[in-house]
Amino acid sequence: MMDALYALMDQLLPASIFGMQFMKNALLALLLLTPLLALLGTMAVNRRMAFFSDALGHSALAGAGAGLLLGASNQTAVLIVFGVLWALLISRINRTGGASADTNISVFSSTGIALGLVLLSQGGSFARASSLLVGDVLAIGPNDLLWLAVALVGGVAAWALLYNPLLLSAVNPQLADSRGVKTRLVEDLFVCLVAVAVMLAIRWVGVLLINALLILPAAAARNLARSAPQHALLSVIISLLSGVLGLIAAYTLGSSVGAAVVLCAAVFYALSLLVRRVLRIAN
Amino acid sequence: MQANEAVHRCGLCRIELAGVSVRLEQDTLISNVNLHAHCGQLTVLIGPNGGGKTTLLRAVLGQVPYEGKILHLDEQDKPFAQVRIGYVPQQLPFDKQMPLTVRDLLASALTRRPVWTGVSKKARQEVLNTLTLAQAQGLMDKRLGALSGGELQRVLLALALSPAPDLLILDEPVSGVDHNGQALFLDTVNALRKQQHMAILMVSHDWTLVREYADQVALIDKTTRMVGTAEEVFASPAFADSFPHTHGPGRTA
Repeated sequence: MMDALYALMDQLLPASIFGMQFMKNALLALLLLTPLLALLGTMAVNRRMAFFSDALGHSALAGAGAGLLLGASNQTAVLIVFGVLWALLISRINRTGGASADTNISVFSSTGIALGLVLLSQGGSFARASSLLVGDVLAIGPNDLLWLAVALVGGVAAWALLYNPLLLSAVNPQLADSRGVKTRLVEDLFVCLVAVAVMLAIRWVGVLLINALLILPAAAARNLARSAPQHALLSVIISLLSGVLGLIAAYTLGSSVGAAVVLCAAVFYALSLLVRRVLRIAN
Repeated sequence: MQANEAVHRCGLCRIELAGVSVRLEQDTLISNVNLHAHCGQLTVLIGPNGGGKTTLLRAVLGQVPYEGKILHLDEQDKPFAQVRIGYVPQQLPFDKQMPLTVRDLLASALTRRPVWTGVSKKARQEVLNTLTLAQAQGLMDKRLGALSGGELQRVLLALALSPAPDLLILDEPVSGVDHNGQALFLDTVNALRKQQHMAILMVSHDWTLVREYADQVALIDKTTRMVGTAEEVFASPAFADSFPHTHGPGRTA
C-alpha cells in the first residue's frame, strides 16, 4: 500500500523536494498529525488551557525517563500512560488545590522537566533528552505512519463524541450541568485525549514545539472565525498549510522541520491579527 | 398565610418543598424551607442578599445536598417519574470572544452531531423553533458574545425551554437588563406560564416586576418567612424585618 502511495506522491509532488522517501514520510506524518492537534487546539484555546497543554508536553521528558527506568520496550505506550496520568493529576489539583491554576500548572511543568532530565541524563549524557526536546519528523517510518493514521481516525471519532458537551461546559459549566452534562467527566476525557495526541506526536515534533502545534493554528483561526465550524475548519487549514510550508522551508534552508512548521504557524497568527483588524471581525 | 400553613393538599401539579435545609460544613445556609410552587403559576422568591435564595434554587436543581423533601407531584399527588428542569442563570459568565454563534450553542445542547462539523438543515429548523419560544428567532446567526444582556437572557430562556420543562427556574434573569429587555423577557415568561402550564420559580429584587407578574411570592431569609400574594408579603412584618430600609412597596400600590 505504501508503494502505491509513494508512486502517487511522485506523480503529484515536485521531485526536487519530495523525491526522497523520508521527505514523503515526513509530509504524510505532518498531514496526519497537524489536523488532530488543530481540532483539539480549538477547545484548548477556548478553555484557556494553553499553559496546561504546555506543562503536559514538558511531562513527556518525565514519561520518557520513566520508560527508561522501567526498561519498557514500547516507549510510546509508556509516554501515553504517563501523559494521561499527569494530565488527570494536574486537573485534579487544579480543582482541589489551594493555589491558582497557573501556579499549579507551573509547578507541574517544572517538575516534569526536572524529573525527566534527572532520569534521562543518567550516565552523564543529554543525548536522550535533547532528541526528545527537538524531535525529528524526518526519522519517521511507514510503521509509525500507520499508527498516526489510526490515532487520527480514533482521535477525530472521540472528538466527535466529546465535542458538544465540552462546548457547552466551555461556555459555562453550570449551564452544562443544568442540562445533564457530566462536566467533570467530559473535561477529564478531553485532557486525556489531548495527552494521547501530544504524546503520539512528541517524538516527531519535540517537547519544545508540540504546544505550538496545538495552540497556534487554533489561536490564529480564532482571530478570524465567527462560529464554531469556522473555527475548526480554519484551524485545520492553517495547521495543514503550516505543516507543508514548514517542511518545504526546512528542506530548503536545511533546518529543523518542527521549528519551521511552528514559525509558519506563527506567521499565520500574525496575519490573522492583521486580517482581523482590517476586516474588523468582532461580531 | 404563614409559611408553615402552606403545606397541605392542593390538588394541582406542583413542586413541593418540605423542611428543606442546606448546610455547608458548619454553616446552615437555609433551614426548614416549606413551599408549594404550582404549575401554571409564577412563584417569585424574594429576600435579602445572602438569605439563601440561590442556595434554595441549587437544592431544587440537585446541585447541592439538602435535607428534607423536594417532591414533584402531579394532580393525583403522585410523583413524576421524570422531572425536567429548565434553568436560566443570573448571569452567564463566559468568554465573549469565543467564536460561537447562537446557533452553535443551541445545536450543541439539542443535537448529537458535533457542532464543528456544521449544523444540518433539520437541526437549524429545530434551533429556530426553540428560539421562537423565547422570541429570540432573529438572533440565530449572531455571535453569542455580541448579544446584549436582554438578548442573551432570551437565548438562555429558549435553551431552558427545550425540551419542554416541568419546572422553569429563573435566577434574577433580568437584573442588569435594560427596561425594554426586561419587559420583553417577562412578557414571554408570562405567556409561557399560561400556554405551557409549567411551574416557574423566579428570584427577583424588582418589586415593581414582582407585583406585576407574581402569582405567589415567597420571602426567603434563611427560611420561608412568608408566603402569599405580593401585596400580602410586602405588607407583612416579616418583610419589614428582612428589608428594614425598604419602605413598604406594598403600601404604595
